[in-house]
Order: sequence, then structure tokens, then C-alpha cells
Amino acid sequence: MSNDSGVIVIQGGRVLDPASGVDGIRTVVLRDGKVAAVAERAEAPAGARIVDARGKWVTPGFIDLHVHLREPGQEYKENVATGTRAAVAGGFTAVCAMPNTVPANDNTSVTELMLARATAAGLARVYPVGAVTKGRKGEELAEYGELKAAGCVALSDDGSPVMSSAMMRRALEYSRAFGLPVAVHEEDLHLVGKGVMNEGPVATRMGLKGAPAQAEDVMVLRDISLLELTGGRLHLCHVSTAGSVRALREARRRGLPVTAEVTPHHLALTDEDVARSNYDPDFKMNPPLRSSEDVKALREGLADGTIDAIATDHAPHAPEEKRLEFDAAMNGVLGLETAFPVCLDLVRQGVLTERRLVEALTIGAARCFGLPGGTLAVGAPADVAVLDPSLSWVVDPMKGFSKSRNTPWKGRTLTGRCTHAFVGGRLVHEEGAAR
Amino acid sequence: MIGRHRHLIALEDLSREEILQVLDLAVSMKEVLSRPVKKVPSLRGKNVVNLFFETSTRTRSSFEIAAKVLSADALNWTAAQSSTTKGETLLDTAKNLEAMRPDILVVRHSASGAPQFLAQHVKCSVVSAGDGAHEHPSQGLLDCYTLRERFGSLEGRTVAIVGDISHSRVARSDLHSLPKLGAKVRLCGPPTMIPQGVERLGATVHHDLRTAVDGADAVIMLRIQHERIGDPLIPNTREYSKYWGLNAKKAAEWLKPEAVILHPGPINRGVELSSDVADGPRSVILDQVQNGVAVRMAILYLLAGGAGEDRAEKVPA
Repeated sequence: MSNDSGVIVIQGGRVLDPASGVDGIRTVVLRDGKVAAVAERAEAPAGARIVDARGKWVTPGFIDLHVHLREPGQEYKENVATGTRAAVAGGFTAVCAMPNTVPANDNTSVTELMLARATAAGLARVYPVGAVTKGRKGEELAEYGELKAAGCVALSDDGSPVMSSAMMRRALEYSRAFGLPVAVHEEDLHLVGKGVMNEGPVATRMGLKGAPAQAEDVMVLRDISLLELTGGRLHLCHVSTAGSVRALREARRRGLPVTAEVTPHHLALTDEDVARSNYDPDFKMNPPLRSSEDVKALREGLADGTIDAIATDHAPHAPEEKRLEFDAAMNGVLGLETAFPVCLDLVRQGVLTERRLVEALTIGAARCFGLPGGTLAVGAPADVAVLDPSLSWVVDPMKGFSKSRNTPWKGRTLTGRCTHAFVGGRLVHEEGAAR
Repeated sequence: MIGRHRHLIALEDLSREEILQVLDLAVSMKEVLSRPVKKVPSLRGKNVVNLFFETSTRTRSSFEIAAKVLSADALNWTAAQSSTTKGETLLDTAKNLEAMRPDILVVRHSASGAPQFLAQHVKCSVVSAGDGAHEHPSQGLLDCYTLRERFGSLEGRTVAIVGDISHSRVARSDLHSLPKLGAKVRLCGPPTMIPQGVERLGATVHHDLRTAVDGADAVIMLRIQHERIGDPLIPNTREYSKYWGLNAKKAAEWLKPEAVILHPGPINRGVELSSDVADGPRSVILDQVQNGVAVRMAILYLLAGGAGEDRAEKVPA
């Protein structure tokens, strides 16, 4: 992977960089960890490594706001090294690591461990997300100042909602002192009860307990309302309902500082897919797959910019946590290695433009948490994805880079694949590499 | 085989013809039950394992008797609830049982989809004896049998199902079978007990009992299952009984004279049914129990027959 000059020249590809407005055949030169040039013609210096990107897209490396790396504490599912390996294989050069580790990332020692592991792995950049409350229990504020100083870029109790409105108010208020966004997992636990899938005709037919879309909607509405009281920055994790999109659109129209992400699976699948899967727990996640009306609203919200970013909610689980009856299986699916082709399918269906797709995976995500990168502007970090939009491949969970295999796309043929990923000008993934 | 199926998981999967295949065979099976010597050798050498993760007396006994009348060997395995944190997983339990070479695994489980899950992982036939709030196919078939026995044909008949539809696997199996035999289904209960979108399964929904039973040929009263109710769906059984329970006075005033009352059991006397109705002339509740054995004999016969031939060929002489 090394070369004499340390210079990388990516030639002949279609550069798609929504942040700088570039869309066309360009040569990209990476030098000293930065983007040195994006030009119609650029000479390759002697000793430079040449990457032939003809027929491919060259984009800023993708940024995933929502990944569960499971380290520390649940390394049997994933660790920082395997999770970031899966990330770069999917074109993601930076991932935000959610704090529902064991112990939770509510203190600097956990943050520091995550960052040390990421440095040792030397793959995707890792941006830890700190907990909103100690132990993610929703009872006491975590130390936001220290978490930020240690490297946390946002706060979240993801996996759990902050059920107390009073606690949520204080979290939003206190976060203002440090300029950290509060990323919320919106779910009224009382309304959800024992629900394991979206409430509606499909859950009724399958005899599975339903969780209504309103369990998300009421919390989104509550937090937007609180935001008016407190100020601060609110980020909605994995929105899944038409009601959330409606509330978000209205809040943004009023200029409130609220951003949102949506997952590939919520954009591509519905609760009917749970039925078609015959109770396959690889179709069980939280929030659950919703109705086709919800999916339509999510797609519109992403297309018109109401939803800022695509984030995977990559959630690895071991086979013994998934090869169970649907009720007993854990929530969550893998996402890093399949996100690009799944979302590229939305382009083929006419739902998104290519530019909007890349934007939502790059600069749209970066802006939510104020992260560097997400652009190929000269001087930006040399984090680059080279993507073959027409390469078809069959998803074989045994061949993925994640430690876990819980993907709803197993056995499916997807089209679109990352062929090269660069982080800080270093090649960290090349298509064809084996796990 | 029942039609194309080597398992019986859900009546949703069965066609009208496949349902009739079971019901027609059950007529002959019922005749066997009326003989002085209730034993035929049809399934001699076959093993039926009853794997019950939920307590059940009626259904398990019914499958057990059905197997024994057909000369199959029946084993009852009562398992603790599956759990991800302690004990054996459902799959491990099933794999262990499979290693004992049963021909049919009869499964009851509190999780919807559990029999389907097992059917994907074991080689023998799987019969659902009820899964969560999904389906209870043998109960649906015995309800069809009982009504067919009474009315000859279900064509043009109306059946009202009253109670906690949300948590009822019986209601879903009835909904996936009665209309295939030509009956119309009405569902009735308090709105808190009617699941979202159930009308898409082909029923009308009512909240007023009188409207629901008006002109009906049969009324299936469901048990109010306290153990499944996690939410406050009704204030108490007293008010439930007043508005959705059936007593002799309401039955006399609201029901057609020839209308019959069914109940999957066990009955909460005084809640959904008063004793005078449960034990009265309209009640076919004990017929259901007897027909249940005949229907389950038919199910076991059809499924074990196919599986057994395959296996016999592989046994050296």
C-alpha cells in the first residue's frame, strides 16, 4: 500500500463532491494527508501511486453518524478494528461510535479507549459520541465538558430514549455550554410496551406485538418543543415515521436548530418485508421497519433535504442473539457494507439524485455534528471513496468484514460497491481484499 | 402431506381444498372415536412429540389422545420458556428432540412465529399447537368442523367472534379458515382489544355486541386472557361482562333461535359467558372438544403418513 512519494493520483473517475459543487471527470491528487488538487488535468509526480477510476465515482469518504462498534464490553459482536474495517469496505472513512458500550461511554476513560483502539486499527476515523446521562439511565447528566475535551463530538443515550422531559430539558440546556448536539433515540417506552415490530395490519396478521409510529412521533414533538425552551442543538437519530418527517419539516421551517438522519433499511424496507421474511430476526430492529406510507415520507424528506444524512445504525449481534424466535431476538442489523448499494437503488428508482445521495452520505452528515471532512475541497482531509456504481455482488454474510452476520440483505444481489477507500491519503481498503 | 404442506403452521397458508381435505378425513376419524375399541394401527411405529412451552391441558391432551388412537407413540415435553440469557434456546431444544427421531413435532410457544422458525431448522413435520397471538390452526379447523357438522355447509353463514381479538390466535385461525368455506366473519370487542388493520383480513369490526350477533348463525366467545394483558385494555371484568359477555337473557333476545355458541376454552364463567349459556342448549363447546381429537387425528395421519414412507425406505431389512 506504500509508495515512494506518498502521493496518490486518482485518475479518470467522475468526481462527485456536493460540498464544492464538482461533478465531472477530474483527477484527484492526495498529498501529505490532504486533498492537494482536483483538476481536469494533473500531472502525476514521479513515484505517485496511480489509481485508475475510469467508470467509477470519486467522492469524499462517507461519514456515518451512527455506528455501534461494541468496544468496550461486547467485543464478541464487533470491535473497533473489525467495525472500522467494515466501514472502509463500505466507503465510510469516518464513523461516530455510539456510547451504549459496556460500560457506557459516559466518561473520558471509555472515550480514550475507543480513540486508542481506532488509532491502533488505522482504518476509518472514529468520532466517539458521549452519553447524555450517566450509565445511559436517564437520571443524571454525564460530564459533557470532559467528554468533549476527550474527543466526543455529540451526546446520545442511543438505544434508550431520555424518558423524563425534565432530564431532556436539562441535557439540552447544559449541552449549550460546550456546543455539543444532543442526538436522540425517540421512543415513548410506555407506548411501545412489548412491541417488536411496527403496529399495523402486518403485525396484526403475524400476531406480533406492535409498536405504533406515534411512539416516535410524540417524542420528536416533545423534543422539538423543548428545544424552543432551551436552545441547543437537537439531532434526531434514525427517524422512521411520516410523523417525524412532518414535525421536522415544520421545525426547520421555523428555523429551529434540529437535524436528522435516516437509515438505509428504513428507506428501503417496510413491515411487509418482515412478513415476507417469515419472522426472520434479521428484519428486527429499533425503530422497526414501518409502513410504505412512512417509507414514502422518509424518501421525500431525504430528497428535499428535510433529513440531512444517511446513517447506518450498524448494529452487530452474535448468531446466538439472533437465531431465536422473533420476540426473543435482539434489535439491530448490520449496515456499513451494504449502505451504498442499497441507497444507490433509490437513485435508480428516481427517488434521489446522485448528488443528493452523495451529499447525505458526506457533507450532510458532517454538518450535523460539525465534523471535518465530507468534501474534496483542496486542503480538506484526504478521505476519499472510489465507488463502482455498476458492480453487482451477492451479499454473503460470511464474507463481510464485520464480526457479525445479521444483515437483512443476505443472499441478495446488490449493485454498487466501494473499490478503494483512503483515509488521510492512505489506502485503507481495496476491493477484492478478504476478511 | 396436507395438500402441498408437510407442516401445519398457519391456516393462512392453506387453501379451501386443503382445509376440506383435513375436515373430510376427520369425519372418518370421529367414527373411530365412537367405536368400543378406540384404536387403529395407522401410525404404528410413528413418534409424535408434544413440545409445549406454554401450559396447556386441553390441546396437549387432545393431540396425545389423537396420536394414541392412531397407535403412534406420544411423548410430552414441557419446556421452560426460551430465554436468551438463561437456559436452552428454542433451537437447541428442538435439535435435541429431533435427534430422538420423532415423525411429528407438535409445538406450542408464546412467541409468534416459533413453529415456523422450527420448521426451517428441523427435518420432521411441525404442527403448531398455537404460537403467540399468531395462529392456532388445529383450533381453527375444529371450529370449522363443528360448524360444518351443525350446518352442513358454511356457505352464506355468519360467524361472530367476540372478545380479545388482539391477543387471540384462535380468532386469526378462524379468520383464515371460515371465509374460505364461505362464511362471513364479524369481530366484536372493546376497541382496545381490536388490533390495527384487522378488517384487512376480511372481517367487519363491531364494538356493540348486539349488532355483532344480530342474525349470526354462530357466536365464538373468546376467553379474556388476563395473563396476556399487559396494558389496561378494560377497566375490569365486571364492566366487560356487562357489555361484551353473553348471558341467557341476551342470548334469548338477540340471537337467532338456531344460533350456536362456541368457545375455545377454558371458560371464565361469569365473564365472557354465563353458566346458563355455556351449559345451555345452544352450546356446542363440548362438541368442539370431541371434534378436536378427530381433527388432530386427521392432521397427524396426513402428515406422518408422508414422512414415514420416506424414512422406511432407508431402514435396512
